[in-house]
Amino acid sequence: MRTLAPLALVLVAATAYGVWYQRSRGRITTGKSKKQQKSASPGLTGIEIGADLGSRVTLVQFSSAFCSPCRATRALLTDITADMADVQHVEIDAESHLELVRRLDIRSTPTTLILDSAGVEVGRAVGAPKRDQVITALAAVH
Amino acid sequence: MATINTNAKTVTNGKAILIDARGPRFSATLTTLVLAIALVTHSAVVIALQLAIFTIGAFVGPQKTPYAWLFKNFIKPRLSGDVPTEDVRPPQFAQKIGFLFAVVALSGSLLSAPIVFTVATAFALAAAFLNAAFNYCLGCELYLLVTRATHRS
Repeated sequence: MRTLAPLALVLVAATAYGVWYQRSRGRITTGKSKKQQKSASPGLTGIEIGADLGSRVTLVQFSSAFCSPCRATRALLTDITADMADVQHVEIDAESHLELVRRLDIRSTPTTLILDSAGVEVGRAVGAPKRDQVITALAAVH
Repeated sequence: MATINTNAKTVTNGKAILIDARGPRFSATLTTLVLAIALVTHSAVVIALQLAIFTIGAFVGPQKTPYAWLFKNFIKPRLSGDVPTEDVRPPQFAQKIGFLFAVVALSGSLLSAPIVFTVATAFALAAAFLNAAFNYCLGCELYLLVTRATHRS
């Protein structure tokens, strides 16, 4: 059993996963995937997310306790949306909203949904999103 | 921003203990090295050593381990610029996962079950390596999945 094979296997597999992880985390996807279509109909309501929807856009951020990027994401989204009167940022504790989490297929935190004025999901970011991408995504919602 | 339904226990807030975020990443690098040595040598002593460190990290705090001490005394003084901080709970969660894998690995080693040792050490190594090389957040990826699987709404 004293071989380098397990070590090599772990490093190769973890590197492949790590590269995918870094590329996918934070990227805003706006494509109409099956998951998004499923959650898109009929659209989230203010009651479900516990706050009024924004008049143009709502950012719904799912967070959890053991999550460093959740804190950074909250700070970023709070900052971006501070002077946007028509954009609402809502942070939800995923752990205490498991039904919603399952229905929307939230698997990791932070996951941020971009909802239009009707509460329909038009995009989501898994992981901490980048500032310029958030601003671009917000500008694209009418 | 409307922070709603905030459970002060779970969503990070004012009272959180903040630590230098570079510390856990340095610790993960050392952990990767030690676990790699353990995986290749099948040494019960090496995995026991790492288990001792995980135990401190998991139950006292990741900022209290010997690795963190090395960071504080030898690495941190050489670093400049802003100190990025993070809540202590995410890295502590990761230490607990490491602790579990190390317990299984050491048990496998002591009970002459080398395959158990190899698999458990391999998973712990993968997590530590991902943390060190890719800033992987184990708590972000694992905690909600486990909670979803084990709790009714």
